[in-house]
Amino acid sequence: MEVLQLLIGGVAQGCVYGLIALGFVLIYKATEQVNFAQGDILMLGAYVALTLMVEARALGWDVHLAFWIALPLTMVIMGGFGYLLDRTVLRPIIGQPQFAVVILTIAMGFVFRAAAGAIWSTESQTLATPFTGKKVTLGGAVLGAESLAIIAGTVILAAVLYAFFRFTRIGVAMQAASQNQLAAYYMGIPVKVIFSLIWGISAAVAAAAGVLLAPIATIDPEMGFIGLKAFAAAVIGGFGSLPGALIAGLMLGTIEPFAAAYGTRAGLPKGVPEVSAYILMLVVLIVRPQGLFAQVYRKKV
Amino acid sequence: MRNIFKTSYVQDIRLFEHAGHYFWYGLLLIAVFAAPQIIPQFFVGEMSLVFVYAIAGIGLMLLTGYTGLASLGHAAFLGVGAYAHNYFVTKLGIPFPFALVMAGFVSAAVGIAFALPALRMTGIYLAIATLAFAVILDQVFSHWGSVTGGFRGVPVARPNLFGWPMATETHFYYLCLVVLILVTLGARNILRSATGRAMMAIRDSEISAQSMGIHIARTKVTAFGLSTFITGIAGGLLAHKLQFVSPEAFSIILSIQLLLMIVVGGLGSLHGCFYGAVIVAFLPQFLALMKDVLPPSIGQIPGLQGGVFGLILVLFILLEPYGIYGRWRKIRLFFEVFPLYRRATFKRQRGYLKTERMR
Repeated sequence: MEVLQLLIGGVAQGCVYGLIALGFVLIYKATEQVNFAQGDILMLGAYVALTLMVEARALGWDVHLAFWIALPLTMVIMGGFGYLLDRTVLRPIIGQPQFAVVILTIAMGFVFRAAAGAIWSTESQTLATPFTGKKVTLGGAVLGAESLAIIAGTVILAAVLYAFFRFTRIGVAMQAASQNQLAAYYMGIPVKVIFSLIWGISAAVAAAAGVLLAPIATIDPEMGFIGLKAFAAAVIGGFGSLPGALIAGLMLGTIEPFAAAYGTRAGLPKGVPEVSAYILMLVVLIVRPQGLFAQVYRKKV
Repeated sequence: MRNIFKTSYVQDIRLFEHAGHYFWYGLLLIAVFAAPQIIPQFFVGEMSLVFVYAIAGIGLMLLTGYTGLASLGHAAFLGVGAYAHNYFVTKLGIPFPFALVMAGFVSAAVGIAFALPALRMTGIYLAIATLAFAVILDQVFSHWGSVTGGFRGVPVARPNLFGWPMATETHFYYLCLVVLILVTLGARNILRSATGRAMMAIRDSEISAQSMGIHIARTKVTAFGLSTFITGIAGGLLAHKLQFVSPEAFSIILSIQLLLMIVVGGLGSLHGCFYGAVIVAFLPQFLALMKDVLPPSIGQIPGLQGGVFGLILVLFILLEPYGIYGRWRKIRLFFEVFPLYRRATFKRQRGYLKTERMR
């Protein structure tokens, strides 16, 4: 039963990695920008949700009602934030080397962290959701309801995103813009607006991940560092593949707890379980630089 | 305005372009050698930190500014240098200068061992790989207790130059200054040699460099080796400066500071390393001073330093991508050609997104 508990906990953690990685990949696929601030956007999302929940509870609302209002509202707020971020900060540097965007987003992450510390203080806080502390017994294993909520939330989000990109007009336009910006522009697709929308969606997904993650972690300005591990997931998944990012996230999430639980028994040196994600990423990068589920095109000279 | 009419190839790669450079660099040299006699002791200590950062910055500049390979994990190589140097000096008793050079070689060996497989990647993937490698090295620092002292770290004694203990800040200042001058001259000479020009060719276009007969992989590994060698030396000096090495000193924050240094200073110029080093070394002091002046609601923000670093970086990338050195060149040109300055002189050539998805 220990295995099942580890597995569910790992899958839940993996879902969070997967959702953040999804945000990375969405932005990269469409705009070829790499957003290192994704983890910090998740952190901001968690704080926004926390504030909304506290306000709603102060109004005397029930925890269920407060949560189900706060979650979509947070996604909308953070979506707008992502849209504006692209519009004001990232659009001016289109055409500069990719490296400039990397440094820019890392720096933005630092600014967000300092801002969060200033607004909400640096002390760890917890978000009370309807799932907090509930247990579900399944075949003899005791599972946290938070973990199951994360898994369910990820499945729903993934399905919504799939339907969005597959069936809506704007989703198809986004696919077109990501495949060939110039051709999409000639077809009358407003590519710049599409890019900003993608940033918005990506920020909203990160915010949702933040809200889902909050019950099993604490909220503090440093929680964005989880983005680094999600980054590893995005790279392992091939950085251009949405399902790849989710699968790789799940993979990392499940490997970690097992490495921590059985690693020392299996004779791994100390410290290896903590960095198992990065070791896996380095191995994948070296063996298969384009990732496990890559779409790489070769340029013909 | 001075127009240099170049008539030979040798003239093009001269160390100093014209007589004016001899004068100004000579003046600078006199100033930095005389400085400890004039400025207060505290600033002497801070200046030696500037020098150490500048050495590390030159290391990263060779890699990122001149070869175009971004590294997000250079602090780890600084750490390798620091730990190796301290191990050589305290455990093996090797004299200081040899230990410092050997620390550089250890760092270079680690760097090359990483570069050989990693250079199959390009662009953003390489940057991420360096980040992952730095995180892994961080764990090595924390767990290899016999060499690194584990989480608690190890104290570092003052440097001892063949039995002559360098007891004061002033001694250490001169030590760092001499190493910095040697490293700067070395880097300048590498950059005007065939290797350096090959590095710049790779930065500007890998395909055209390859078709000119440059061995891409070998040049990149050389650049990695040189860069990590210099960074390792800086690490050895930093260990003495901090008088204590522990894993958290070489975290990702330091890597970002190193990057900030070369970006804010000006990518692709050795001058930039120095400007950046001054900013990175003095900003914490400046913020500490500002804490008393600013209202507590702003001055007491935890993580203020990181936030200000980030904000400076954002503003520079948005408004002055060529850094302080680029701004200085613009100002100089403005006065040189006084009424005829045109904004478009420094305009970027490429205005469109250069896709990196095609390889």
